[in-house]
Amino acid sequence: MIEIQRPILQVENLQKYFLAKKKLFSKGPAYVKAVDDVSFSIRQGETFGIVGESGCGKSTLCRAILRLTEPTGGKVLFEGKDIATASTEEMRGLRQKMQMIFQDPYASLNPRMTVRELIKAPLDVFSHESEEGKMEKVIKIMGLVGLNEESINKYPHEFSGGQRQRIVIARALILNPEFVCCDEPVSALDVSVRAQVLNLMLDLQKQLGLTYLFISHDLSVIRYVCNRIAVMYLGRIVEIASKDELYANPLHPYTKCLLSSIPVPDPDHKSERIILEGDVPSPYNPPSGCHFHTRCNSVLSCCSVEYPLLREVAPGHFVACHLCRQGELA
Amino acid sequence: MAEHLLSVHDLAVSFLVRKKWITAVSDISFYVDKGETLGIVGESGCGKSVTSLSILHLLPKTTSRIDRGSIVFEGTEISHFDDKQMSRIRGKQIAMIFQDSMTSLNPVMTIGVQLMEALKVHQKLSHEEMHQRVITILENVGMPSPEKRFDEYPHQLSGGMRQRVMIAMALIQSPDLLIADEPTTALDVTIQAQILGIMKDLKKNSDISIMLITHDMGVVAEMTDRIMVMYAGNIMEMGCSKDIFHNPLHPYTQGLLASIPRSDKDIVRLTSIEGTVPTLMSMPKGCHFCTRCKYSMAQCVTERPPLFLVGAQLVACWRYAHQEERLT
Repeated sequence: MIEIQRPILQVENLQKYFLAKKKLFSKGPAYVKAVDDVSFSIRQGETFGIVGESGCGKSTLCRAILRLTEPTGGKVLFEGKDIATASTEEMRGLRQKMQMIFQDPYASLNPRMTVRELIKAPLDVFSHESEEGKMEKVIKIMGLVGLNEESINKYPHEFSGGQRQRIVIARALILNPEFVCCDEPVSALDVSVRAQVLNLMLDLQKQLGLTYLFISHDLSVIRYVCNRIAVMYLGRIVEIASKDELYANPLHPYTKCLLSSIPVPDPDHKSERIILEGDVPSPYNPPSGCHFHTRCNSVLSCCSVEYPLLREVAPGHFVACHLCRQGELA
Repeated sequence: MAEHLLSVHDLAVSFLVRKKWITAVSDISFYVDKGETLGIVGESGCGKSVTSLSILHLLPKTTSRIDRGSIVFEGTEISHFDDKQMSRIRGKQIAMIFQDSMTSLNPVMTIGVQLMEALKVHQKLSHEEMHQRVITILENVGMPSPEKRFDEYPHQLSGGMRQRVMIAMALIQSPDLLIADEPTTALDVTIQAQILGIMKDLKKNSDISIMLITHDMGVVAEMTDRIMVMYAGNIMEMGCSKDIFHNPLHPYTQGLLASIPRSDKDIVRLTSIEGTVPTLMSMPKGCHFCTRCKYSMAQCVTERPPLFLVGAQLVACWRYAHQEERLT
């Protein structure tokens, strides 16, 4: 926690466009801008959260950062080195330091491999150690994530969801990564098991000095694990702030609405809920200007014309909204 | 005691697994009164859906059976009803909303035709009348431009819109009881807020009873009058919503509430319930929660606790055995 200011990962104007099906008579190719001009930096040792509704581009962003999908433009600097243009050889070195935890522990584990093979697989790819050395590491990491050593020869189907997610975590951590991308790691789990996995992830972060990029649609989970949070809407970041700042003083109308929409597990909780009209617009044809202006309850005339830039309105608090520039919300 | 709209007593359902009957839920007794909302909460596999499906006889006939118990709806025992008798109740008196609107709607029929079909089953109406009714109900559930949606197919609608269609379909016969099985689980929070808004309006404007099945404690807290907490096929605790949230008595309810991350306040560390839910094959003989309970005693392992009445709450836990009033 001493070096918390040093950025481990910097994302600069990252873009990921997907080619959409070409329509008859349309000029030129059409793109779906899944991730559009996203910039942020993650500091060493922190948990950076990305929150947004389905289809807002959070998973694509995560994949583009790890270069599991080729970014269309922009830079991803990991410890100062640009990943987006790194060669295959350089990527090989970098991949050991950046790992990923996937959402669905049922789909991300090969059903034909035992726990031993699953957890050892990354070592087989990257490490030149002896077989004994590898096994030692596998046993050690299994203990660390709370898996019983006796289950080493079992297959994934013999485990419950929570146990499987522990296997996924063990596999991600066995190479001693510095940075872990977690894409909805607990969404598939039940409440009581979710708390176990979240606590495990927090403990491991402390013990191993990990940096997390934590993606979730669940603002309660995000509040529990993250230090800083970015809110995404239709491929763009609309607000970045520290956890305390974001929940106490949300500035973007979308963030406000999102926060007010969550049902609170307390029957006495009374809150003014902002109910958004309509659905998220299609990413094929997003609204002009600010993407949110079609659903926003405080639209200005400039909102449909000009996209508001992400600007710092308070130390560490960035908002992309025309209202904030005019000082009406801040 | 006044008559309940629906009362279930000592219900047990088993499933055929590898030629053996395995009990999925047992000792289920509860009631729903007119105009109230009962929430059934629990984690996946706890039997909340099985309970609701068995009320409507919607479980597969070949691989499941109701072992014992009675289901009384509006004073009539319906647990032994055949298909013909049930079809008069289904949709007309008890309607259901399912979780996944994409698989529940017919992809090759337009929204309008599907909704009209729901009308046709129970009533003889002219095409004009039916059309009008469908448009009205679509308006009631907040569907924008219902005339246009009438001729659209499910895939042309977003998830939130499809769920509105599901609600419209359930409400079109003005049923007395609405069973909503995870109605908002597949939706985004902002859309969930819209759907919950519709359901609240429905509660306000009619005296419909709702059985809301969900795993989301936030949704339950917001929507329900009473709550039934289930775990591994048994009722753990039952009571009015405020009591359950402010004064949970069962160790499972306590653990469940302590393990939820909150959006409205900071939590330093969540308390989690250790271990995992036992499988149906390896269910403990006594209290089903005894393997994970920190208060587990010898009696818990050997004997299943009945529901004890503590204050206004019912709790299935031996820790409250000194409370004399047993109910089951």
